[in-house]
Amino acid sequence: MINFTMPDFTQAYPEMFVLAMTCVILILDQFLSDARRSITYYLTQLTVIVAAVLTFNQFGTDTVVTFSGMFVNDSMSVLLKLAMYVVMIGIFLYSRAYLTKRGLLKGEYYALGLFGMMGMMVMISAHNFLTIYLGLELLSLSMYALVAYDRDSMVASESAMKYFVLGAIASGMLLYGMSMLYGANGTLDISAINDSINSGTASKQIQAFGLVFIIVGLAFKLGAVPFHMWLPDIYHGSPTSVTLYIASAPKIAAFAMVMRLLVETMPGLQSDWQTMLIMLAVLSMAIGNVIAIAQTNLKRMLAYSTISHVGFILLGIIAADKAGYSAAMFYTITYAITSLGAFGVIILMSRNGFEADQLDDYKGLNQRNPWYAFVMLILMFSMAGVPPTVGFFAKLWVLEAVINNDMTWLAIVAVFFSVIGAFYYIRMVKLMYFDAPEDEQVLEGSADMRLALSLNGIVVLGLGLFPGSLMALCVAALA
Amino acid sequence: MNMENIYLAIPLAPLFGAIVAGLFGWKIGRAASHWVTILGVAVAFALSMLVFKHIVIDGAETYNKTVYVWMISQGIQFEIGFLIDKLTTVMLVVVTFVSLMVHIYTIGYMKEDPGYQRFFSYIALFTFSMLMLVMSNNFLQLFFGWEAVGLVSYLLIGFWFKRETAIYANLKAFLVNRVGDFGFLLGIAAIVYFTGSLDYMTVFGQADTIASQNIEIFAGVPWSAMTVVCILLFIGAMGKSAQVPLHVWLPDSMEGPTPISALIHAATMVTAGIFMVARMSPLFELSATALSVVITIGAITALFMGLLGLVQHDIKRVVAYSTLSQLGYMTVALGASAYSAAIFHLMTHAFFKALLFLGAGSVIIAMHHVQDMREMGGLKKYMPITYWTSLIGSLALIGFPGFSGFFSKDAIIEAVAHSDIAGSGFAYAAVLGGVFITALYSFRMFFLVFHGQERMDEHTREHLHETPAVVTVPLILLAIPSAIVGWYTIGPMLFGDYFGASIFVLPEHNALAAVGESWHGPAGMVTHGVMQPPFVLAMLGVFTAWFLYMKRPDIAESIKNKSGLLYTMLVEKYGFDRFNEIVFAGGARGLGNLFWRNGDVRLIDGLIVNGSAKTVGWISGIIRNVQSGYLYHYAFAMILGLLGLLSWVIYSS
Repeated sequence: MINFTMPDFTQAYPEMFVLAMTCVILILDQFLSDARRSITYYLTQLTVIVAAVLTFNQFGTDTVVTFSGMFVNDSMSVLLKLAMYVVMIGIFLYSRAYLTKRGLLKGEYYALGLFGMMGMMVMISAHNFLTIYLGLELLSLSMYALVAYDRDSMVASESAMKYFVLGAIASGMLLYGMSMLYGANGTLDISAINDSINSGTASKQIQAFGLVFIIVGLAFKLGAVPFHMWLPDIYHGSPTSVTLYIASAPKIAAFAMVMRLLVETMPGLQSDWQTMLIMLAVLSMAIGNVIAIAQTNLKRMLAYSTISHVGFILLGIIAADKAGYSAAMFYTITYAITSLGAFGVIILMSRNGFEADQLDDYKGLNQRNPWYAFVMLILMFSMAGVPPTVGFFAKLWVLEAVINNDMTWLAIVAVFFSVIGAFYYIRMVKLMYFDAPEDEQVLEGSADMRLALSLNGIVVLGLGLFPGSLMALCVAALA
Repeated sequence: MNMENIYLAIPLAPLFGAIVAGLFGWKIGRAASHWVTILGVAVAFALSMLVFKHIVIDGAETYNKTVYVWMISQGIQFEIGFLIDKLTTVMLVVVTFVSLMVHIYTIGYMKEDPGYQRFFSYIALFTFSMLMLVMSNNFLQLFFGWEAVGLVSYLLIGFWFKRETAIYANLKAFLVNRVGDFGFLLGIAAIVYFTGSLDYMTVFGQADTIASQNIEIFAGVPWSAMTVVCILLFIGAMGKSAQVPLHVWLPDSMEGPTPISALIHAATMVTAGIFMVARMSPLFELSATALSVVITIGAITALFMGLLGLVQHDIKRVVAYSTLSQLGYMTVALGASAYSAAIFHLMTHAFFKALLFLGAGSVIIAMHHVQDMREMGGLKKYMPITYWTSLIGSLALIGFPGFSGFFSKDAIIEAVAHSDIAGSGFAYAAVLGGVFITALYSFRMFFLVFHGQERMDEHTREHLHETPAVVTVPLILLAIPSAIVGWYTIGPMLFGDYFGASIFVLPEHNALAAVGESWHGPAGMVTHGVMQPPFVLAMLGVFTAWFLYMKRPDIAESIKNKSGLLYTMLVEKYGFDRFNEIVFAGGARGLGNLFWRNGDVRLIDGLIVNGSAKTVGWISGIIRNVQSGYLYHYAFAMILGLLGLLSWVIYSS
């Protein structure tokens, strides 16, 4: 007899709503002329906002596993989704200006963007290897298409190709690792695998091998060294509006994937993945920070900067306790917001035919526009970890978690490389404040863009001044 | 009214004035700034008088309480607390009174200065700091007040910060005081080391334990711990109270405006060292060696600094050297265990020296900021009030019988005569000789300024007139205590038990008691004093001054020309300045240059900072080539990474 229980659809309301709306937008957009394309934009934002409201209604409810164990709704998923919506609203807002200026404002951007968001929501709420993979692929395929969105651009097409090929390899490895764990434990359900590993009946050897492949998949998605090679090229080659996307929201989803796959599925293999992550983290911090120094392109520099921040996020996972996970979550969320702002500034600075992606383009920004120079300064200081910006507390708590778990050496390594990293962030500040401007053009940008960007900078500063509430949410999300 | 609130209000009222005038002076304007600070100090003065009545007249118990605990570190309390006894009360009244006079006087003196509000803010801040210092019941707060008055002194000496000489002088004052403060800090540290406490009473209670211990700073040479502690503390006092050889900053401090010369560098701050030693009498009494050091240093200062006053032409510098010399007298009194005589002289000196400084300031205002006595003369008829008040001040200074200085100075001289501490013989000769010198330079200045030919230029002469009331009223108010305060206070302060438990003197050191046996009231002291050597010497000094500078100026000139080497020595101030400049300043600069060139530029900047930056940049330049742009390179890197992880798994299992 087939044992079928009705899934609890209420738990998946946001996902269902986003799916429906995305289809509506996809079709509706076909009937809109370019002049009325803003309807698509507003519908998209509305979708994200309504999804946020729906998700917010789930705030504070108990953990529910439904859809035959495929789908989970817990406090972590709610918090991460909410953070992701905030970032997504920023992404759609900033990229609209970019796309409009270049005549690229088409409905596909929004449809693909929403599908990607769907994928991330599924990843965050996944409770089964299949769901994780499904979400990941939905996100990745949307991303590949988005990178090639400006299809006349040679660079963009090349980037998309690279991303697709490497992404396919990584996906393959992840699937391979999952299949090994399936082979060893006979199930794809996260809780069931956890029980099986703890029972100690399955082959340790196969599990360890499976773990390696899964970690490779995760490391690729996060962009940890040595699986980071795609990152600088894709950041650089994509239109800035897409780089903005890749660089912010998916980090939150990737963090969720790490939590689901390593922390929830394989606490029994903790000592194994801990050591592997230490290698990846140290390499990421070292390579990311050191190479970033040699970059002259801001987008590439931020790509390497991302790699080094991934190292820091991994530190929190490595600490392998509640404090570490919540610190890593705090780090991820605030980094996504900071990164969003940095690319937002690039978009604000750029205009048709001028990408504003060279470091030298930022010379003397303070004289041209002191306020946005200040916003950029806050963002750079936050990435460097200068108090009182939020980046300082993110680093502080991660390091604290690491030290409390008797890995002081790792904290020293992390601090050492962030000192090296501080150089290229502060170089940006130097360029903006102490060099003479080469370009006297007045900054363009719509009112909503300017407002959002200002708000973005203020949030980064404000979260640094009052980090307590967000941190409390992160701690509560893991309770 | 709760006395604790009054004690709190006394320092806080001037602080309030200082903050308002300092931060909002630009907004509230000049008049409001001087009103707010003067009111603050006036409140402090009125409350001090109330405290005086409470403690001295009503004979209330000594107040000793902690107001606020800052922190407790390893059992040592860091706190703010007040110790209000009769010693503190004297200081409170003197400080607030002189400060109030100086505040009022400043309205006239600084009338045209653009930094008017800043000046008022500083002097009110000074009053606050000085009050915190004298009211303290623990070493931490004492040190806070000590440093705070030093800071304000620094700021005020350099008040005219565009003058090169002022900047030089305030830097010098700062550096020299640093030397003293370092000793002071070591002394406090030693006290904490031996007693584990910063509280006065706890420390005094354990004085015997300190005295019974030895300390070996150099291995094999045991020193009495008490001697080490006391000498270190006294080094602090030497810096603040300008004792040889740390006196060099005080004459230069005259670069500051005259009101602060009167307030800080004559009446109050420089006496902080005297006050501190008197406060620490339970410690100093237990080390005869330290007392000998104190009396010797004091005697040298009293005599030799007075001599320098003879060759100065700047009116303020003469008063400055006179201050040095009088501080020497006070120190001698401390060394002779006549602590109450030192405090007594501190009080009378505060009045008449502030008066003399403000009188000099009044002359300077009238002379349009000319300070050279060679361009003065005959001012008596233009400035009668300044003339008469300065005369009272000078008579008090030289110890003319009946004036306040007479009582305090004679008491010191008598006490030294009765003291049998090592060095008291030399000290007696020095203070006696000092009387003659004091009279000589005081009246040299007095005659040169107020009598004789009018040597100023025509333009200045036409504008000469008495200074306004804000200047002359403080002069008169200061002249009154300068003249008479000795009559009423000598009895209880020196020979009564005014100070009670505040000052501790061992019976065998008690020289004042010996003096007191033959003391029969102030009137008796005056009649007796007229026949004593100090009076004769003082009169001889006045006469010599009159003869050399009024009657036969040519003799003065020829003495100057004939005593070549001696004169040069005096003009060069015994070479202290030159020595410091070459050995300490030059040496420090040389050493600094050495470390800067080799340590900082080559090692730290060159090798460590720039070297590491270059290395990172170089590595970065190489590794970035890995990012070739070829897809198969990227995929290969991933495979390598996978292999690495796999081999680790195989290796570790």
